[in-house]
Amino acid sequence: MSQIYSPLSTTSRRRRFTNRLFQVLIYGAFGLALIPLISVSWTVLSNGFERLSPYFLSVTMRGVYGGMDAGGIYHAIIGTLLITALATAISVPIGLLVAIYLVEYGRGSRLAQAVTFFVDVMTGIPSIVAGLFAYSLFAVIFGPGVRSGVVGSVALSVLMIPIVVRSCEEMLRLVPNDLREASYALGVPKWLTIIKVVLRTAIGGLGTGITLAIARIVGETAPLLITVGVIDSLNFNVFDGRMMTLPVYIYGQYTQGLVPCAADAVDCIAEINYDRAWAAALTLILLVMILNLGARLLTRYFAPKGDR
Amino acid sequence: MAKQIEISDLDIFYGDFKAVSDVSMTINPQSVTAFIGPSGCGKSTLLRTINRMHEVVPGASVRGNIKLDGIDLYGRNVDPVAVRRTIGMVFQRPNPFPSMGIAENVLAGIRLNNGRISRNEAADLVEEALTKANLWNEVKDRLDRPGASLSGGQQQRLCIARAIAMRPEVLLMDEPCSALDPISTLAIEDLITTLKDDYTIVIVTHNMQQAARVSDRTAFFNISGTGAPGRLIEMDETATIFSTPGEKATEDYISGRFG
Repeated sequence: MSQIYSPLSTTSRRRRFTNRLFQVLIYGAFGLALIPLISVSWTVLSNGFERLSPYFLSVTMRGVYGGMDAGGIYHAIIGTLLITALATAISVPIGLLVAIYLVEYGRGSRLAQAVTFFVDVMTGIPSIVAGLFAYSLFAVIFGPGVRSGVVGSVALSVLMIPIVVRSCEEMLRLVPNDLREASYALGVPKWLTIIKVVLRTAIGGLGTGITLAIARIVGETAPLLITVGVIDSLNFNVFDGRMMTLPVYIYGQYTQGLVPCAADAVDCIAEINYDRAWAAALTLILLVMILNLGARLLTRYFAPKGDR
Repeated sequence: MAKQIEISDLDIFYGDFKAVSDVSMTINPQSVTAFIGPSGCGKSTLLRTINRMHEVVPGASVRGNIKLDGIDLYGRNVDPVAVRRTIGMVFQRPNPFPSMGIAENVLAGIRLNNGRISRNEAADLVEEALTKANLWNEVKDRLDRPGASLSGGQQQRLCIARAIAMRPEVLLMDEPCSALDPISTLAIEDLITTLKDDYTIVIVTHNMQQAARVSDRTAFFNISGTGAPGRLIEMDETATIFSTPGEKATEDYISGRFG
């Protein structure tokens, strides 16, 4: 007896093969993308964990020299936090307002198209150029050789603004037009609709976007090296004097390299600079992670309460 | 409370495109007026010009005039925002604010306008509006739950309550039941019948039985082809439109012999 032919029960071998092929490709690509992530995490963790201690986090490099088993990154953490906070304070209002203009007012007008184009161009600015821009801007006003946290913040803002604009724009576009109309129909003026309905509804996404922008700039080294400089002690004043930041600290420690220790030295570690660099790198990664987690929690708290 | 609307020689545009041409009609207070007609005939567009929501669309404009108890809504010193506070609107898809609870949604018109309202007044207003919208008994125990947690029909009644809470003179409804099941539709139709004691109601609907059930007067709109503007074919007592319409096109549309 021959088998009854049924078009529904015969699976084409070819189709099955293609399906399997793409499945393998996609999982393969995912695995490949994971390799550098895991590798970086592992390297930083294994090299930096040993030196990372409450002591390391709470002292500066003041009076530390040679291969001394001492010194920490308190000044660099403070510098990074202050400079990043100021950069965020500059970038978020500007970026958010630009995004609001693009979504709520511009909508395809000439000006909006031009703004979008220049924001895209700004995204591509190399960070060193942003640093030189901020440096020369302040040099023109205050004379050459100015180094202070605020110059670094301006440099970072140049890098941060386009990212904030882009991500906030996407988030604002996601707010359904129905909600704007619902608000207008209740006789709510446009500006109040934007503040109380559009921004309120999008706040979770905006928070995430801004956090990602911060995470992106917190690791910038080159512009800070030019604009903020290097220092071994603590400086809380963003507007006066050099400051240390984590990326610059890592760079500085790593370039110092091995310490030549005398054979009979008791308190001398040859690899101390490398150890400090790795521990600072680990701290930077943890800082970004904490920031991300904080933003997630904030987002969850503010997110529109959906079904259920 | 309810007011009469008089539309005369109204043309409506989207940019250069004329969407509706030469409409004149009178909408009576304390009654339900239904707009019927095929898709794209401009009935929703006309509805949106009555509370000046039409101009929210970029490039949209209007020629002619609409009078609310004698006041030209498109007059030079008329604020569109004030018009929208007087003329409430309910949309096709229920659109409660997702960031607000049920009670907050009812109060949205006041709160979003930075209005001040005492706790007691707010509670009274919420109860009054939800009762009028026939939703109070279903939600009174969970007023702070999110608006999106309600069923589609409940959400639409919540949107009606939100519009009523502004104490408008006129209520515009743009296919309010098209996304709802028959039971919710019935609930909303009953509601419309009660609300007409207080408001002037205009409803756009694709459902001719619905127009026949709820409305006092019916306006039939039609287009002669794609790209042509929609026109008002005729407007009369609902009973007359559905039994002995004056125009052949109306009769064809109502009896389903359209094309």
